[in-house]
Amino acid sequence: MTRRSWRAALVLGPLALISGCGKTAPTAEPPAAGGAPAHTPQVLRYGNTAEPQDIDPQVVQGVPEMHIITALFEGLVEADPKDLHPIPGLASSWEISPDGLVYTFHLRDNIKWSDGSPITTDDFLLSWKRMISPRLASEYAYLIYNFVKGAKDFYEGKTTDFDQVGLKAPDPRTLQVTLNSPIPFLLKVIANHYAWDALPIKVLLRYGALEDRSTQWTHAGNFVGSGPFMLKEWVPQERIVVVRNPNYWDTANVRLDEVDFLPTEDIDAEERMFRANQIDRTQEIPLSKIDVYKREHPELIHIDPFLGVYFYRCNVTRPPLNDKRVRKALALAIDRESLIRNVTHGGQLPAYAVSVPGNVGYTPRARITGTLDDARRLLAEAGYPGGSGLPTIQLLYNTSAANKQIAEAVQEMWRKNLGVNIELLNQEWKVYLDSQHTHNFQMERAGWIADYPDPHVFLEIFETGNGNNDTLWSNAAYDSLVHQALRAKDEATRYEIYQKMDAILVDECPVIPMYYYTRPYLMSTRVKGYSPNLMDNPFFKTIHMED
Amino acid sequence: MIRFVLQRLLQTIPVVWVIITATFFMIRFVPGGPFTAERAVTPEIMRNLEAHYGLNKPLYRQYLDYCSSILHGDLGPSFKYPTRTVNEIIAEKLPVSIQLGLLSLCVALGVGLPLGILAAVKRNTWIDYVCSSFAMVGICIPTFVMGPLLILVFAIHFGWFNASGWYSPIDRVLPSLTLGSVYAAYVARLTRGGMLEVLSQDYIRTARAKGASESRVILRHALRGGLTPVVSFLGPAIAGIVTGSFVIETIFQIPGIGREFINSAFNRDYTLVLGTVVLYAGFIIGMNLVVDVIQVWLNPKLKFE
Amino acid sequence: MKPAESERGHSLWSDAWHRLRRNRLAFAGGIVLIVLALACAAGPVFSQSYEEQNLDLGAVPPSREHWLGTDTLGRDLLARTLYGGRISITVGLVATFVALAIGVTYGAVAGFLGGKVDAVMMRIVDILYALPFAIFVILLMVFFGRNIFLLFFAIGAVEWLTMARIVRGQVLSIKKMEFIEAARALGLGRRRIIFRHLIPNVLGPVIVYTTLTIPAVMLLEAFLSFLGLGVQAPMSSWGVLIKDGSEKMEEFWWLLVFPGALFSLTLFSLNFLGDGLRDALDVRASKD
Repeated sequence: MTRRSWRAALVLGPLALISGCGKTAPTAEPPAAGGAPAHTPQVLRYGNTAEPQDIDPQVVQGVPEMHIITALFEGLVEADPKDLHPIPGLASSWEISPDGLVYTFHLRDNIKWSDGSPITTDDFLLSWKRMISPRLASEYAYLIYNFVKGAKDFYEGKTTDFDQVGLKAPDPRTLQVTLNSPIPFLLKVIANHYAWDALPIKVLLRYGALEDRSTQWTHAGNFVGSGPFMLKEWVPQERIVVVRNPNYWDTANVRLDEVDFLPTEDIDAEERMFRANQIDRTQEIPLSKIDVYKREHPELIHIDPFLGVYFYRCNVTRPPLNDKRVRKALALAIDRESLIRNVTHGGQLPAYAVSVPGNVGYTPRARITGTLDDARRLLAEAGYPGGSGLPTIQLLYNTSAANKQIAEAVQEMWRKNLGVNIELLNQEWKVYLDSQHTHNFQMERAGWIADYPDPHVFLEIFETGNGNNDTLWSNAAYDSLVHQALRAKDEATRYEIYQKMDAILVDECPVIPMYYYTRPYLMSTRVKGYSPNLMDNPFFKTIHMED
Repeated sequence: MIRFVLQRLLQTIPVVWVIITATFFMIRFVPGGPFTAERAVTPEIMRNLEAHYGLNKPLYRQYLDYCSSILHGDLGPSFKYPTRTVNEIIAEKLPVSIQLGLLSLCVALGVGLPLGILAAVKRNTWIDYVCSSFAMVGICIPTFVMGPLLILVFAIHFGWFNASGWYSPIDRVLPSLTLGSVYAAYVARLTRGGMLEVLSQDYIRTARAKGASESRVILRHALRGGLTPVVSFLGPAIAGIVTGSFVIETIFQIPGIGREFINSAFNRDYTLVLGTVVLYAGFIIGMNLVVDVIQVWLNPKLKFE
Repeated sequence: MKPAESERGHSLWSDAWHRLRRNRLAFAGGIVLIVLALACAAGPVFSQSYEEQNLDLGAVPPSREHWLGTDTLGRDLLARTLYGGRISITVGLVATFVALAIGVTYGAVAGFLGGKVDAVMMRIVDILYALPFAIFVILLMVFFGRNIFLLFFAIGAVEWLTMARIVRGQVLSIKKMEFIEAARALGLGRRRIIFRHLIPNVLGPVIVYTTLTIPAVMLLEAFLSFLGLGVQAPMSSWGVLIKDGSEKMEEFWWLLVFPGALFSLTLFSLNFLGDGLRDALDVRASKD
């Protein structure tokens, strides 16, 4: 090449590279200029944290996936956007037998999949069969098999005859669910969790066997759903676009035309995207910006209550945490109000009990109460006056800016108030989870978020042998209360049992509750009709955009 | 030279095989697996999941299966995103990272080389200090600071760019400036150092004595030898830059393969880890070969050995 | 008769030292580095506590009580920066030294011996480049726990690779030169040639790359603390302080600016010192 062509290449090369595929960023459509007022497409651009693993409701467990699934599928029963009580979804009505064992659902007339074919009882039965089939290995299968008669045997492979399972269709418009024992919150589960959603079986079978995982049926172009929206486009790590489903039975009441889900993995980048008007709503806000927004743009920041609790989990088999006086002392020596005011900033509620208050009418009465003097006294009684002689406690947390700040603040509180010195250890997410599941920790930061709005969700995990009871704490009285609660004859009785359970947890402190979560996020003032709720369900049906 | 290249390509085979084997066993000994999740997974579900992905077979069997599928060019399905295959993921994301990488390289060379040469030629004068200092900016301001800074100023305050994304040509500007600035610093400093080594050589003095113009002396004679350290550095650096930068892709939300290198490890996505490692190995080996060839071309005294 | 002062023979190293002293910028750089190191080593003794929190105060800009301001937990930034400097400077120097020692020797041997040995050695380098670093570090922590030496090892294990390649490249280009041939002709042993003749002549780019490696090491340490290796809270390092500060730079600019300024100051000083060293050791530089 001649020298001149070298120079030309040097200049043109980069220009050629810059002009790659020219896609446009999702922007809000400007109003149509002049002429008759055209219908401006109503597009909600929704920051959704991570790229979803899949959008098949039976093989996912994450929150980003849940947001997309609520747009694409509807259940038999849905949740009321204001207070989450069960309202008709694909089922127009239902009856519960007097003994609470049989639920009969009547399907609405004229319900269709997004490809126009009718939704039938077969779709439901085969979907439920798929959900509890061992080969599919769905992580949420227990939300069916723990309740339904014969389902657990089917799941464990003891029988392959689905007729043995209490899921039947007595006629083409009716579904009948028979339970092992009365489950007071079954409708809440079905209304708030996608585990019971029906899938388009004919479509699934086009791309593989019924129990095959992760086939091509969820790709754009193949996908069919039952919800207010349907999948139009899926560009990995860029966006998922869902558009109005004209075959949805209630589409007349859906005002949004399109929702764009953007994977905004980095919390700081997400906030910048919001400011640059690339998204209309974020999932989180960086901690340091919460106060700034509250001060300068209070119309943009929202802090919704959320059904979750942040706590420090103690491994009660390891000294010195095997002594409940030590645990109680540590629990008392944390200034939760200061933590929330100065460190977490998100208007969270301090937690003095495990159960989240205001959870569909349940508020725990038990509280961890005591002064710093009480804490010091307990510690001395346990044999460590002023903290002397206490073996080192290591506090494990998964790497995150917020966890680190909270841990540092608590470390200092314990040092100043009790003379207890703890060691902090952060581990990468999977290593941290592995440490948790193999109980290779003394104390670790943890959170628990409800799958459905019922106090049972927070209390059942402390039963002996429960897979999520990584504290290894075991209390026979508590265990029997768990079973009693499930057999309670009405909600009031059940809630009283939960009060007793919370009291035991407050007394024993296998975990040290810190605060109840809130969901701080940013949302543009153009978004109207959003229903804040305890389950972080986006309820896209109620939203519309205004310019 | 052909013999040299062929020899190197032949050596590639055992190298890649060692890399695959080492990585395969490394990722399986790390705590936590692809299905480790916050909610406890019951032993039955874990068993069934592992059966589905073939993780319940004995380790050597899994290894052999993987090797044979690689020989067919099939890198397997991703564990984290099971509806997509590793081949698909790489095919979608690599071109993005290559674009970003090459643009950053243009910035790095376009800024770094002139600064380095100027600094060397005007050694210990104020021009040298200014050029060296300017080059240092790329290292003093780490990418995770410079990126957000550029976004805050030019995208949010002035509104000239998107805050993130990879949609239109203009989105290439801020990320490549950020990534390029770091490499520009290395290029400038190594060029200056290399040039200084050469500028004091006898043959340079001879060229000057013979009456060659200064620019000819520099560009024709000094640059060849002076570029040696930069070229050695650029081999692995280019492999790194075109396989994407985790930090840049996260800050600017760019759908490149750089994020997957780190994320696949964090997700314990066995197949994607192996796929990205094989990809990177290919680039490293290729670039080191290219660099070695260029070294000989630059310095005719060397021979292919 | 005694030779005149100016004609007394000087060794390479004393020669170099004299030339370095005369380079004012390099000398200044060296002084700044020593001052910084002393400040970080001794300063924390006199300053406030780096871990004492004042939650209600939160992050405040520089004031008379806190010369560099405080962080979001109300801790004094000056103390934290000085403490962080201890960690960063130590890690920077030790890990880089490890990388240097391994990389220079490896690269020189490979370049000098050439042929099959060089090919095998360089292929090993290729293999080590390609292995996933995050997994490697996590494995190290599984087997060896988390201690500071592991940090040095992990960083050194990654940084020596490019150093080796650069040294090898330099060695290849000078090993055909006359003075090396002369040394060979004189029958000098290979080790002597490598260490007394080859390496001193490739020091130039090595010094430059070292001054670039030290900051890279400091930032790499911040990444490793993400994995749980390295300093644990409440202790910090410049890399971590800068990372934390960059996330809050709009609200609390001092959290980024001050640690960043000290980091940059260290880099610039290292740089000028390095350049001066390079000049001083350049045996072929004219004396003008």
